[in-house]
Amino acid sequence: MNPALDYEYALLLPELILAGTAALVLFADAFRRELGVSRRLLPWLAVAGALVAGVVSLAYVDRSENFSELLTIDDFTTFFRVLFAAIFVVIVLGSHEFVERHVRHVGEFYALLLLATVGAIFMSAARELITAYIAIELLSFSLYVAVSLTLADRRSGEASLKYVLLGGVASAMLLYGLSLLYGIAGSTYYAEIAEAFSSGTAEFEWALVLGLVLVIGGLGFKASAVPFHMWTPDAYEGAPLPITAFLSATSKAAIVALLLRVFGGPLLPALDEWQWMVAALAVLTMSFGNLIALQQSNIKRLLAYSSIGQVGYMLMAVTAVSAETSSALLLHIAGYLVTNLAVFTVVIAVHNRTGDERIVGFRGLAETQPFLALVLTAGLFSLAGMPLLAGFATKFFLFQAVASEGFLWLSVVAVTANTKSLYYYLQVIRQMYLYPPEAGSERWRPSATGLVTTGGLLAGMVFIGLYAGPLFELADQAATALFA
Amino acid sequence: MTENDGLLLLALLLLPLGSALLLMIVPSRERSAIIALTAASSLAMFAVSVYVFLSYDYGSTEQFQGVRAWTWMENVGILGEKGIQLKVGIDGIAAAMVLLTGIITMAGTWVSWKITHRTKDFFILLYILAAGVFGTFVMLDLFFWFLLYETAVLPMYLLIAVWGSTRKEYGAMKLMMMLVAASILIFAGIFAIYTEAGLGTFDMEALFAADYPVSFQKLFFPLIAVGCGTLGGLFPLHSWSPDGHAAAPTAVSMLHAGVLMKLGAFGIIRLGFQVLPEGAEFWAPGLLTLGIVAALYGAVSALRQTDLKLMTGFSSVSHMGYVFVGLGTFNAIGITGSVLQMFAHGVMTALFFLLIGAMYDQSHDREIPHFSGMAKQMPVWAAFFVIAGLASLGLPGLSGFVAELHIFIGAFRAYPVVGGLAVLTAAITATYLIRMFAQSFFGEMHPAWSGMREMTWPERAGSAVLAGSILWLGLWPSPWIDRIAASVETLQGVAL
Repeated sequence: MNPALDYEYALLLPELILAGTAALVLFADAFRRELGVSRRLLPWLAVAGALVAGVVSLAYVDRSENFSELLTIDDFTTFFRVLFAAIFVVIVLGSHEFVERHVRHVGEFYALLLLATVGAIFMSAARELITAYIAIELLSFSLYVAVSLTLADRRSGEASLKYVLLGGVASAMLLYGLSLLYGIAGSTYYAEIAEAFSSGTAEFEWALVLGLVLVIGGLGFKASAVPFHMWTPDAYEGAPLPITAFLSATSKAAIVALLLRVFGGPLLPALDEWQWMVAALAVLTMSFGNLIALQQSNIKRLLAYSSIGQVGYMLMAVTAVSAETSSALLLHIAGYLVTNLAVFTVVIAVHNRTGDERIVGFRGLAETQPFLALVLTAGLFSLAGMPLLAGFATKFFLFQAVASEGFLWLSVVAVTANTKSLYYYLQVIRQMYLYPPEAGSERWRPSATGLVTTGGLLAGMVFIGLYAGPLFELADQAATALFA
Repeated sequence: MTENDGLLLLALLLLPLGSALLLMIVPSRERSAIIALTAASSLAMFAVSVYVFLSYDYGSTEQFQGVRAWTWMENVGILGEKGIQLKVGIDGIAAAMVLLTGIITMAGTWVSWKITHRTKDFFILLYILAAGVFGTFVMLDLFFWFLLYETAVLPMYLLIAVWGSTRKEYGAMKLMMMLVAASILIFAGIFAIYTEAGLGTFDMEALFAADYPVSFQKLFFPLIAVGCGTLGGLFPLHSWSPDGHAAAPTAVSMLHAGVLMKLGAFGIIRLGFQVLPEGAEFWAPGLLTLGIVAALYGAVSALRQTDLKLMTGFSSVSHMGYVFVGLGTFNAIGITGSVLQMFAHGVMTALFFLLIGAMYDQSHDREIPHFSGMAKQMPVWAAFFVIAGLASLGLPGLSGFVAELHIFIGAFRAYPVVGGLAVLTAAITATYLIRMFAQSFFGEMHPAWSGMREMTWPERAGSAVLAGSILWLGLWPSPWIDRIAASVETLQGVAL
């Protein structure tokens, strides 16, 4: 292997487009007076860039190449490229009005979001430890800043500071863990680590366990797994809503993609050493995330704990990693993203109207805006894994796949946690349908982009819920590439 | 039944779903359009279900008829060849349940036309519920079976919490959480069965035919039985049922007690008896014990109730207890009786809830001691009520007698003591019903109720259909018995 010589930049075209768009947005914002561009143009510019990047990604379907052994461009990467570009588009479409009103430094905001997307893609593509680490940090640093951008809300700065401090500790942990793994394997390339671990690690027993503990702790922090989740509710609450959505969508999916690459690849030979750790993390995350969510009264905090719970299900699939569970997990992630974005888009649309973040702020929504109430209800039911919607089908396959790998007990823990979650989702639904709206509120219409986005996401949820086949095949193709 | 009739089975699923979708487009102001649409749709469902029931050929050696399958997903991830199919088909048991659902959905639709608060949304949810119930009865693919089973539970929360009465939020939340929690056990059972069978398909016929170790069957049958049993009101996990019924609006109580609870017992037959027969045989005495306790406990509790709907709710627990007794006898006559009882109790309890609703809408009071002499004020209403009551206490010539007789014979054959206790339960049932009739229907009319009017025409029509079914099953039960017994006798390990 001669990694130093093979820089085929054409493989990274989608990321170059995204980064270029980020620069363009920054530039257009900085010189908007000279150029005569309105700030309203920025989101559309960013969306156009992401759309082009997403479409260009499709050119890499069925290819399996690597960029100097640092990044792999295979169907797995393509799957996430398209997914992350789509998330970006949906979030921006659903929230550009919010951003105009509630966010400082609009240009930087979109640029950071684009860069975070690039980081997320690299996380799913990395096949070398340092590259993976840099990708994580690119995502994290973009978000550290983005979290602090809420206009006139002191919680935003506090959240950002908490996030950056705890994030720093986690990064240190992760780096130390990675260096131990490097010490044992003698390489940072996934392929060589796998080789080294296959030939036996008995003499490094303790170093390996310590390294794994640190790596899992560090990544667990980024994934907001219990007990490393403390930053999550504060960051979610303080961040501007679109960033909250991004944290719960892209950054979760990216970390899971990275976990699959690492634990399904180089660390697979050391399965016996880490499986119980990830299983424990999954159990804690599922159970506690959903338990603490029960007593929240702020919708952002509720969704924060709910997303912690959701990460638990994904970690469970990492525990039982195999080609089958991975394909079920990818399907689940796609379904979860559609569902979660539907929920957030509605929350943003309602916030635009009412400015209220409390759960009771949704009172009477079924009368003032029945369509959004319907989408939110469908989204919450889908998150709770109720039938006819994406959540049921994707969770069913995910849990079945985990059970088929011999972890029936984990699946049962997951279904139990899932049942708890229904209770707090019902609390929101109750507010919308059972109580009349506050006096004086009248029927209103959300913006056209808001309607189109939520409508599309609702259709997506129902489609995946009833006919997951096509998406499942794509997920399966991506997962097969991972284990090829 | 021909293969093309499978399309009709699919229609049973698509009719309510399609109606719900159509209703979403109709503007809420257009009441007459909503009524016309639901009238047409409910009649169509009824007609198809009657046709399906009658055309089921019990003389045939094919147990499942009208089988049609469309491949949905295969060869991806955990799924193998024909992993998930949209596969419909019925046996004699499902045929009877389909007819029951058709009857009750139609009657429930008719009586709901007087709902004025958000009528459209009510019917959308009601039809999603109906789609779930119809779908579960006709589906032969475990994935879709369970999806639709859960779909039947999904709309309950809003249906009860928005349109209900007495303590509706409490009733709705308790019902929803208990049923969803019970589903955990079914989930576990399904995951285990699929893994153990190792076929890579959710085709139920294939899963029925697969071999499972006896120890596996003994371990997982209780999960299925308790998980599904909770929806069927199995003691001691029945407590959602009286509260839920008391809180629910009329049509929802009708569908819920009339059909949805039957899904639970049906699930025990499909997943328990047909997939895990040896586990079922091992645990049958347990099911029987819980059943007889429920029958007695429900009847004694009903004695104590003063709220008419709570009384009927506990009475439902008691009657569903018979169903579990019948299943627990594990002999053909007992299980046949149990399915008959599912039908008989379904139409009878739906009629009860319909009548109670018709009264409550005017009186806003359901306390039995507050009423007297109602037969003078509302003679038609009272006549229907007496029919339902007499069917409930097992008067010969009405539906309850046929069903209970089978169960009692089955129980005496298996465990004479249980047979004796079952008969005792019937006596208690007679006590609370006849006492209620004496108190509320006869004697001096209470002047407070002099303004009460007879039932509306849709209510009368609905009552007539339900009472007609009670009489038909009571006087000429062979169409039911032939179909049900033919399927019950094919169950593995069941004593003939």
